[in-house]
Parts: sequence; structure tokens; C-alpha cells
Amino acid sequence: MLKINNLHARVEDKEILKGINLTVNAGEVHAIMGPNGSGKSTLASVIAGKEDFEVTEGEVILDKENLEDVSPEDRAHKGVFLSFQYPVEIPGVSVTNFMKTAINESRKAKGLEDMPAKDMLKLIREKSELLEIDRKFLSRSLNEGFSGGEKKRNEIFQMAMLEPKLAILDETDSGLDIDALRVVANGVNKLKTKDNAVIVITHYQRLLEYIVPDFIHVLHDGKIVKSGTKELALELEEKGYDWLKNEAVVK
Amino acid sequence: MAYTEEELKKELETKEYEYGFYTDIESDTFPNGLNEEIVVAISKKKEEPEWMTEWRLEAFRIWKEMEEPEWANVTYDKPDFQAISYYSAPNKKPKYDSLDEVDPELLDTFKRLGISLDEQKKLAGVAVDIVMDSVSVATTFKKTLGEKGIIFCSISEAIREYPELVRKHLGTVVPQKDNFYAALNSAVFSDGSFCYIPKGVRCPMELSTYFRINQAGTGQFERTLVVADEGSYVSYLEGCTAPSRDENQLHAAVVELIALDDAEIKYSTVQNWFPGNKEGKGGVFNFVTKRGICEKNAKISWTQVETGSAVTWKYPSCILKGDNSIGEFYSIAVTNNFQQADTGTKMIHLGKNTRSTIISKGISAGKSQNSYRGLVQVGSRATNARNFSQCDSLLMGNECGAHTFPYIEAKNSTAQIEHEATTSKIGEDQIFYCNQRGIDTEKAIALIVNGFSKEVLNKLPMEFAVEAQKLLEISLEGSVG
Repeated sequence: MLKINNLHARVEDKEILKGINLTVNAGEVHAIMGPNGSGKSTLASVIAGKEDFEVTEGEVILDKENLEDVSPEDRAHKGVFLSFQYPVEIPGVSVTNFMKTAINESRKAKGLEDMPAKDMLKLIREKSELLEIDRKFLSRSLNEGFSGGEKKRNEIFQMAMLEPKLAILDETDSGLDIDALRVVANGVNKLKTKDNAVIVITHYQRLLEYIVPDFIHVLHDGKIVKSGTKELALELEEKGYDWLKNEAVVK
Repeated sequence: MAYTEEELKKELETKEYEYGFYTDIESDTFPNGLNEEIVVAISKKKEEPEWMTEWRLEAFRIWKEMEEPEWANVTYDKPDFQAISYYSAPNKKPKYDSLDEVDPELLDTFKRLGISLDEQKKLAGVAVDIVMDSVSVATTFKKTLGEKGIIFCSISEAIREYPELVRKHLGTVVPQKDNFYAALNSAVFSDGSFCYIPKGVRCPMELSTYFRINQAGTGQFERTLVVADEGSYVSYLEGCTAPSRDENQLHAAVVELIALDDAEIKYSTVQNWFPGNKEGKGGVFNFVTKRGICEKNAKISWTQVETGSAVTWKYPSCILKGDNSIGEFYSIAVTNNFQQADTGTKMIHLGKNTRSTIISKGISAGKSQNSYRGLVQVGSRATNARNFSQCDSLLMGNECGAHTFPYIEAKNSTAQIEHEATTSKIGEDQIFYCNQRGIDTEKAIALIVNGFSKEVLNKLPMEFAVEAQKLLEISLEGSVG
């Protein structure tokens, strides 16, 4: 589904990604771990098409299509979803209105009519139940005055509504207490099918106890320095990132 | 009116001012220039009684002695008042019994504006009095209103048919000498609307007027007078579009609202006059005086959405004369390209327990300048007066400006005055967030701007709110990279 080849990217003069290779197949869950500043969030932004980052080398391929010249909104229409580490506030725009606009814009791109209000309502009801979201919450301005946990839950709610092919969860666990973490992880697991894929970006293995990855990759200084199965997370938890850093230097 | 996403999309694709066309209708136009003879001729043309002619002449004499004001935060080439023709009327006979008699080209103009009378007639509860080139050419729903004793007609007609009512109220809120443009308007106003709601009557429909400047080089001087008698209620809508012109067109309207004891007037405006092109050429000068007076327990609400005009100078105000009266001002002012707006309100608290609310949303894009100027004044006898003001500015890009000039004068120590102000910028992060959810940049801006303006949009009657949202989107097209 997703194939990243030798990806280099920089912001202004600073090179952040220095040759990433990654293949994600349908039905898989990948975790990307690594210390602060290793390029995890940059990788997520580049896949989503954020223009602040310049891709200097390599490519991102989704379903055999090179995404190089594809706008962020078209990537979204093709099924890429990014759960933001820091979701932005949009005052005066309700969660419902925002979702309605997003869904209908995607439908429009596919040549479909707007979703009938009845279906939209049904979808909202179904997905808000899945994530244990109070209906009143949906009438609030997007992310305005939301607690950290509410913001993250709202991101996953949007993911549920948009049913992406490839979901990237950027530090979704940060700011979540244990109960919220469980609800969010539970939601992600329920949304998982054999046709979609999830990339979980996280600092800690805590989230990975709930969303169990098929593969774990460790990012350091813009490169994947180690890949493995879920056991790698435990090893990291125990030893920290330093042993990998050293290993990378030795290499 | 159904308003589909498809229609919205189409509009967003149209970059140029969409109402920029010109209707070729024979007109009866006066020679350029202004003097006593012209003032008398206008009055005669309109078959006015002598007192009205005298009133105009008095205004003209005052105007001659006045200087054009310069305190507003706008710069422009002052109009040459002797190069303007002060009267222009469609040459056909001005009143029609049925639509069949109306010039087909005129009907076509209405259709292109999306306000065909047929459609309007069918539309739920909206009576339309259309002012085209100064003379009312059609009035609908008059009969229904007549049954309730409501008078809704052109001001010229009112001067002829209801001289006592007009004479009693005209100039009582905005006197001839009030300011330079009000004096000019008083001398030469060509037409406008008059509305009277009798005691205790609740006007069953939204009253609306569409203004339109059509004749090249013709100044437009509208005069509106709304009188709500004791315990009555009326909601009045005003919407404007204008054809594009290269030279600047002057518009100096006066609107007077009178809310007697326990009456309520809601006055909503959507203004979309030609703002000039992308290089800042052309566009309407909009120098308007709007003011209302509230007697005991009365309430006046001004709601405005301003997206047009090259230069705007406008402060819809409330004089809260009666005890317990309420004044409200809700405004969205959008400026793009080279537009300049200096707009706001005045809330003059004179009575006891008077309350006022000001919500102003300014949106600046391009190289435009957008200023809020507001005065909250509490008189010495206005015990327990309350005011809440909120002025929010939204900036798009790095070349525009937002300015706030709040003036507060309180002469009574029991007054409570609150002022809140914020300035924000549409962030790239907000745009990217929307993009990531599949919403393109134009649509994202529309969404953010509509969210920002929501508190004011919510105050507009439904069909106007839709129109206003459309205007916001059109006005801000292409304003972010």
C-alpha cells in the first residue's frame, strides 16, 4: 500500500529525513519510535504532503502512485489520514460542521453527491458511540478549549468518520490518561480491517500494549536504524534509545 | 433559495466581480453640478410639497458651509461635487401595475441579480421594494401590509401620500447639519424607502429593499426612514449590489430609525458594492449615516455584512434615550485588495438602565485597511448603563492592516463598560489541518472566516445569512497564497 524509498526531506536548510525506507502493506500496523528530534513527526507531515518540507530525494508511493505532485487535500481524498500531535483550533466551526465539510469535499473529489443528512447523522451517531463521545461535544468549536485528551479523541473520531486507507497517528498517546488511552486504542482497533493500515508514532511502548503493532521501526537522526517485531518495544523500554544510537554510530 | 455545494463551487471559480454589468435603460439625467436650482429641480421633479423643497434648500445652504471630514482612517481622492449629476431616473413611467409593463431589460437585470420579482413574490414572506437608479419601480406585497396598516413605500411616495408622518420624523435622528454627507443627502436625496409600523403591530414579514447604482457618474443619495410606533416590531433587510465602473461612484445614504416606546427594529444590511479591481481602480465610495433612536423599553439592532466599496465610512448608531432601552450592533467588515473601511458604531446612553452590545468582526486581506471606530458614551443621567464591546480582527497575509479605535466617555459612575479585542491571523497550520482532512485551501478559508464571523451571521435572517456567507467567500477568493 505505502512504499517509501530513500526519502530525504528538509525544512529550510536543515535536512531532517536522511534516507527513509519503509513498506506498509494493507492489514498491517507499524509503530515508529525514536527519541525527540529524530524526524518522526516530519515523516508523518511529509507523507501527508505538508509543503513546509522539501523532498530532496526519494519518493512516497501510495497504491503504486507517486505522491510527489499530489496536494495534501488530494492525498486525503486518496485515503491518507494524519492524527495530529497538536490539533489546531478553528473557532466558530463545530466538529459536526467540520466533519460534514471534510466528508463532502472528499465525496465531491470522487464525483459523488453530498452525503444525505440522514446518512451523515447515522454515521455520526455510530462513530461517536464507538469512541464514547458525548453528542454535545460535537457542537463545540473544533478543538477550542478542548483538553489534551479531548483533542486526541476528536482526532480519532475524525479518523473513524473519514475511514482512511492509511492512518498515521502522531503521538496520539501524549496527553491521554489511562482511561482515555484505552478508549482511543479500542477505537483504533475496531476500525482496523484487512484493507487498511495504521502507522503509530510514539515515544513510549505504553500505547503499543493496546494497539499491538506487527512491526516496529526505530528512527534516529532521520534514518530507520532498527526494525523488528513488537518485542523490540520492550527492549527499548528497558534499555532506552542510547544503545541504538551507539549502534548506529558503530555502523 | 436552495444553495448547493455545486453553486458555491461555481462561484468560487468566478474570480471577477460577478455583478459587474451595466443595464442600458434610457434615463432622465440632470446636468452635472449642484446649486439651488438643481435642488429645487429635484424637488419639483418629485412633485414635493413646498416644505420639503424648503427643507432641502436649508440643507444645501448648510452643506455649502461645511468641510468634507478627514478624520477617518482612509485616503482617497475627494469627489468633485460639481462633476456629479444629482438626479437620474429610468425614463419609462416609474410605476407599474404588473410585471408585464416593466422594461424587459430591467427584469433581466433583476434576474441576473437573482432577485426576479416572480421568485421574490413566491418566497416566503419577503416584500421587495426595489430602488433602481433612484426611483422605485416596483413594490410588492403592499396589500398584505396595508391590511395591518403598515406603510412600506418609496420615500417620495411617502412625502406625497403621508406628508404629516414624514414631516414629523424626517431629520429628527439625523439632522441636516449632522455631518457633511448627511447635509448633502438631505439636499439632494433622490429616493429611498419609508416604513411605518402602527402601534402594537408585529410586521408579519421581513421588509427588504435592494439598492443598485446603475447610471454612470450618478451619485446615489438614498434616504430611508423607518418608524416603529409604540409596541410594534419590524425586521428590515437591505442588500446592495452595483455594476462595475471605472470612475468612483459616490454613495451617501442616510438611514433614520425611530423606535417609540416598547418598539423593536431590526435592521440588517448586506453590502456588496463594487470594491474596485485588483489594482485598486474604481469602486464605490460609501459614506453613510445610519442612526436610530430608542424611546422607553425600545430596542434597535443593527446587523451588517460589509464586503464591498472601495472606501467605506459608516457608523450605524443608537441613541438610547428612553429608560431600559437596548442598542445592538453586529458587524462583519471584509476588506480585500485595496479596499479601505472605517466602520463601527456609536452607542449613546441617555436613559436609565440602558444596555448596548457591540460585536465587530473585521477581516482584512490583500493590501486593504480595516478600521473599527466605536464610541460608547454614557450620559450623566444614565444610571446603571451597561455596555459590552467585542472587536475581533482577522488578518490574511502580511500586507493588510487592522485598526481599532474605541472611544469611551462615561459621565455616570454606575456605568459598566466592557471592551474585549482580539487580533488573529489565519495560520498555515489551520489551512494544512483542513487540507489534511480533504478540504482545499479556498474552502478552508471560507470555513475559517465563516467560523470567525458566526456570532454575527447568526443574527441575520436565514436567507440573508446564506447570501452573506456567499459574499464572504467571494470577497476573499485568492487572498491567501
